[in-house]
Amino acid sequence: MWRLGTSAADSFDRGMDDMNLLVVLKQVPDTDAQIRIKDGKLDTSGVKFVVNPYDEFAIEEALRIKEKRGEVKITLLTLGPKRAVEALKSGLALGADEAFHLVHETIDGSDPYLSAFVLAKAIQKLEADIILCGKQGIDYYCEQTGIILAELLNLPHVAVVTKLEISDDGKQVTAHREIDGGIEVVESPVPLVVTAQKGLNEPRYASLKGIMAVRTKKIEEWSLQSLGLTPDEISGQARVNYESVTTPPSKPPAKIIQGEARDAARELVKILIEEAKVI
Amino acid sequence: MPGKILVVGEMKGDSLKKVTLELVSAANLIARDGGLEVDAVLVGDGSRKLASELAAYPVKTVYVAESESLKNYSSEGYSSVVSNLMKEISPYGVLFGQTPFGSDLASSISGKLGVGFVSDCTGLSNEGGKLVVTRPVFGGKASARVSFRNSSLCLMGIRPNVFAVAEKANGAKAAVKEISGETGQIRAKVREVLKEVGERIELTEVKIIVSGGRGMKGPENFPLLEGLAAALGGAVGASRAAVDAGWIDHSHQVGQTGKVVSPTLYIACGISGAVQHLVGMSSSKCIVAVNKDPDAPIFKFADYGIVGDLFEVLPVLKEELSKLIH
Ligand SMILES: Cc1cc2nc3c(=O)[nH]c(=O)nc-3n(C[C@H](O)[C@H](O)[C@H](O)COP(=O)(O)OP(=O)(O)OC[C@H]3O[C@@H](n4cnc5c(N)ncnc54)[C@H](O)[C@@H]3O)c2cc1C
Repeated sequence: MWRLGTSAADSFDRGMDDMNLLVVLKQVPDTDAQIRIKDGKLDTSGVKFVVNPYDEFAIEEALRIKEKRGEVKITLLTLGPKRAVEALKSGLALGADEAFHLVHETIDGSDPYLSAFVLAKAIQKLEADIILCGKQGIDYYCEQTGIILAELLNLPHVAVVTKLEISDDGKQVTAHREIDGGIEVVESPVPLVVTAQKGLNEPRYASLKGIMAVRTKKIEEWSLQSLGLTPDEISGQARVNYESVTTPPSKPPAKIIQGEARDAARELVKILIEEAKVI
Repeated sequence: MPGKILVVGEMKGDSLKKVTLELVSAANLIARDGGLEVDAVLVGDGSRKLASELAAYPVKTVYVAESESLKNYSSEGYSSVVSNLMKEISPYGVLFGQTPFGSDLASSISGKLGVGFVSDCTGLSNEGGKLVVTRPVFGGKASARVSFRNSSLCLMGIRPNVFAVAEKANGAKAAVKEISGETGQIRAKVREVLKEVGERIELTEVKIIVSGGRGMKGPENFPLLEGLAAALGGAVGASRAAVDAGWIDHSHQVGQTGKVVSPTLYIACGISGAVQHLVGMSSSKCIVAVNKDPDAPIFKFADYGIVGDLFEVLPVLKEELSKLIH
């Protein structure tokens, strides 16, 4: 068994077949949310936030591993503002065991290196055999955090995973990942980082019992200072600069081509060739 | 702004992927203003052979690494090779395709070397030595202007189909240089690649997509889309509703939990235009919607629309196009 940040002696008395799963998740604006920009940034007032859909696949996979193997502990970790605790509660309601919240009001995932750096600092204090992340956030679509995290922790990773199998001894995984034109079957030793893609599983809904149980579970808040990070160090890890975010001018509605199906289709072909020049 | 722009090329079977040539033109675009040199690197099986093909395009040097341990893609192996090259030639910017390969590789290198990576760039500019990229955020509902803090090295993932394919250079041929294929330890290893049946066209790369949604009614009607796509030299896409109903494989799904595509022409048939679908196709150059409901949200986003029954419209469309093309 491998533990990040713990000595071999600490994990000595654990059973042979237990396993620690760490799910890194994020709260994002609901896709249906109307996006308003204020001073070059997302105006969050009135926006509904949800658990990033790809992270739901990661949580679900952890729950299934637990159901199959028994001796498994699922820990959730998020980096985000105060409100992000709701995402942790959702995961706990589904059946995760405990949760850690790295509270920071402005790190929002638009700089994946910075997020991964901070998350790696926290993960070094936790125990994990498999770190599960979503393949990307649906807010900034960077598709990087899990992979950078793996590099910073010096772990292998398998990204965009649609199938995950763990050997009986828990020491090795076989994963399917989506690539252009096919599926790659990848084998990796544990510990590792996995990023979840749609198709991995069908996420479940929380039961009433699960929701009730959240109150009894541990949610620990960590500040970045408690990880030994100063504001200067944090800004020193920033790699990109979002100079501005703007919403595009609204598009005029479609030009509707009138007439019977047959005539309209003919007219469309003409337009695509002569006016739009796309064929 | 010092030095070089490096293009990390991609191959498919025994040819260069189209995105590689798009990266070459994007690199030349930002190099032009700063008097920079454009180099390229190809890693993996067949790279030696394709290097001479790539050398005919406007690049100065093509680096190649082909070795037994690079036969299959691995993040660890490939990122070691490209990182080592980067340390050697110190490029200012490195361009990757925003593809499964480029996205995985660039993220690994970002973590390994501690450098910034901006993915899914749809615009690039060189503002007096400062690289600035634009990229869609919040599912295409907004656009961000992003620059790099540490301006000595930056990685960029370029969305396919946004930049034109580079033209061959006039007569000049780039130098081809072998580099070390030393990978170091590879822990996560590719055991095999399961190819999808048939020669599937990669959705993210085609110029024309004909997509179908719940309005297609059933799998038996998808040949309608295939016929139209074939007449246009394009590929078939789908909404999640069609995929979830089992009418077509998930690899065709366009949208938030599917693929992000940006073809020149996107024809949405029997698709209502839910935000999660729009996220995947809103940057298409021209969007056409065929829907029998005049109030379908897709008409707010499309450039052209036909309000009508797709079972009447699509056959005529195909007939008219076939006439033109053959
Ligand atoms: C987390 C999450 C992620 C999602 N990800 C995606 C995604 O990646 N991609 C995606 O597409 N969706 C996604 N969705 C689903 C999305 O919200 C919609 O449910 C879906 O896009 C609807 O598909 P549709 O337009 O084909 O079906 P519908 O909304 O049912 O629309 C069918 C349309 O067909 C028209 N129609 C019916 N018959 C005919 C006919 N004979 N001729 C012409 N028109 C006809 C109807 O008028 C209607 O507008 C996601 C949802 C969630 C919650």
